[in-house]
Amino acid sequence: MFRASLTFFRPYDNFTKGFVLTPVDMSREASCVEMTLENNLKYVELAEEVARRVCSTAGFDEEEQQKIEMAVHESLINAIWHGNQNDPRKQVWLKFQIFSDRLEVRVRDQGNGFNPEAVPDPIAEANLLKVSGRGIFLIRAYVDEFQVKNLAGFGTEVTLIKRLNRTIKSDEGGTDREHEDCGTSN
Amino acid sequence: MKEERTVSMKTVVRQIDSVTVVDVSGRITLGEGCTQLRELIRGQLSQGNKHVLLNLGDVTYIDSSGIGELVSSYTAVSNQGGQLKLLNLTKKVQDLLQITKLYTIFDVHDDEAKAITSFKASA
Repeated sequence: MFRASLTFFRPYDNFTKGFVLTPVDMSREASCVEMTLENNLKYVELAEEVARRVCSTAGFDEEEQQKIEMAVHESLINAIWHGNQNDPRKQVWLKFQIFSDRLEVRVRDQGNGFNPEAVPDPIAEANLLKVSGRGIFLIRAYVDEFQVKNLAGFGTEVTLIKRLNRTIKSDEGGTDREHEDCGTSN
Repeated sequence: MKEERTVSMKTVVRQIDSVTVVDVSGRITLGEGCTQLRELIRGQLSQGNKHVLLNLGDVTYIDSSGIGELVSSYTAVSNQGGQLKLLNLTKKVQDLLQITKLYTIFDVHDDEAKAITSFKASA
């Protein structure tokens, strides 16, 4: 499994050179990666790359990896473009956590929140030819659970949950309690 | 084998009879990719090219905005009395069009010669 330490990254031009998810024995350590990104679309691909590595480490197959990567992509686009209104002074925070039975991804922006139930159904006949409005629908299609939490005055946090078909044996570590030690700072 | 990532979208435009074939490669995503595609389609329409075949065989990534741009292009061409068709969809794009129920809207082909003939048949 991969390195479990709490990790922060700032996306300076050369920072990817120092970005490594080191495969290590995850026993006794939580499995989580945390990133704070400047509010710029150019960092979306970087987050996709991290998502891909985390998914691979968690044991998802190629097809599942692509689905999760796309859900992360759509969540990040929503955060940067809609939540943070493309404001370069704002930031987006991401956290990937591998549990014994699932992957959780949280994406937090500094926007005013939204109600996912208010988004029109993009596959309704009347909406099929609309140009926008498919992002949330695709996220829901590609992960098992999608939650939205409006953090009064602090932005919006969405949580994506994808269940793993395999479970990690208890003596291999990676219990939920250990993951709780990952922290929630931003 | 892992697919290669490309930073942006590239297009090559070919004219075959009355059909404008656009070979698209790379990413059609919010930002540069969508903007490029929009400008290209509008440019073709302004030149009177109303039969457009989008070859998406080398598209490595498309997101909800990219799907929206395909819909926008389809509508723009249709509104001018033309036709926009899709060619060589990757499995990923096929899946996306099926999930979003757009597979029934677009005329999709996997053979370029037949796709070009189909424009003549429906002209």
